[in-house]
Amino acid sequence: MGNSVIKNILRFIILILVQVTILDNINFGGYVNPYLYVYFILLLPFEAPGWLLLISAFMMGISIDAFENTMGINAAATVLMAFFRPIVLRSISSGKDYEKGAKPSISDFGFRWFFTYSLILIFIHHLTLFYLEVFRFTNFFATLQRALLSTIFTLILVIIVQYIFEKPAK
Amino acid sequence: MLAFSFILQNNFQRATFLNSTGTFTGSIINSYNNITEYLSLRKANSDLVKENEILRNMIAGNSEKRWNFSNSYISDSSFRYIGAKVIKNSINRQKNYMMLDKGTKDGIGVDMGVVSVNGVVGTVIQVSDNYSLVMSVLNISNKINARIKKNNHTGSIEWDGKNYRKGILTDIPTHVMMYKGDTIVTSGNSHIFPKNVLIGTINEYISEKEDKFNKATVDFSVDYNNVYYVYVISNLMKEEQIKLQEAIDNGQ
Repeated sequence: MGNSVIKNILRFIILILVQVTILDNINFGGYVNPYLYVYFILLLPFEAPGWLLLISAFMMGISIDAFENTMGINAAATVLMAFFRPIVLRSISSGKDYEKGAKPSISDFGFRWFFTYSLILIFIHHLTLFYLEVFRFTNFFATLQRALLSTIFTLILVIIVQYIFEKPAK
Repeated sequence: MLAFSFILQNNFQRATFLNSTGTFTGSIINSYNNITEYLSLRKANSDLVKENEILRNMIAGNSEKRWNFSNSYISDSSFRYIGAKVIKNSINRQKNYMMLDKGTKDGIGVDMGVVSVNGVVGTVIQVSDNYSLVMSVLNISNKINARIKKNNHTGSIEWDGKNYRKGILTDIPTHVMMYKGDTIVTSGNSHIFPKNVLIGTINEYISEKEDKFNKATVDFSVDYNNVYYVYVISNLMKEEQIKLQEAIDNGQ
């Protein structure tokens, strides 16, 4: 347990640094911005109670906001994403319980499960983030398109990071 | 809900609460920039050489050469330039900001204009002791007073959030003819930018039959992806101008 807390805190710090120093400076033609920091929320342990999920999501979001001068929009999107996490987990597990000690990862649940789980949550996050950023519904589809494109990029990054850092537990 | 309340707070609170001009976040961004700055040295150097060329030509009195290059130099003693380095910049958001490594200690204040050697960059919206935050031209809430240089008709420049090399010139009366390649400069009607700072050139005319005003797409003269050094313009006569304006407004 203690080990997992330290791991998550480290992941929190590293993801913030990677996000604000490297990923925020990536400009694919000015359209796409991957937000890898949501990986932190995706990988929080199953046992984490709801309040902890929401609070850590808020802390994550507000830290990113502090660096990006986007007061509150990352926090709002991340909290919403954390709110949906248990719901998504329940709906894609098809009624089965998640074993104790299992991590939400490719190695424990397979690629397909992880892909669906990440895709839904990242899309919720990006959709909220991009619409809050423009704060208007003119150019509705342009915003939707940007949200979709960035979702794809974030998802690819998340999966790459999964394969690099999460070794099968054997 | 707490998060949503942060979004809706006004600018004053924004300046006093968590933000990237703060000491902690600012110093992290600055030290990261110290590492990566080397990667952009080539471009930064060529910009500086270009700039020196313009200045040398100005000294030599070759005004023709000067106008050909750039219009961000105005011999008006009521403006003072403060050089600064861009330590954070983005172009892929709808609301893009830049961060500069100078702040109130160097004389930078809110609502000052920011230009680079190639033209308009943005407006300072927040300052701390050592850093300042600039609302880039690439920000859908930014609107800059603009003027078609050859016929002096004024309008405004906006960004539609799509292509970072193109902006939109609006509010030009329908009888005004616009042609591809027409130069767009700042109007000098605001206290922020001096007159005649380059913004870009007209690319394509957009006709909207129902509208009383015409629009055109504009190619920005500045490549906002490659802005490393900028000048903050401090208008020394600003207070006097604002005071005068207020006196008129109050009188009516």
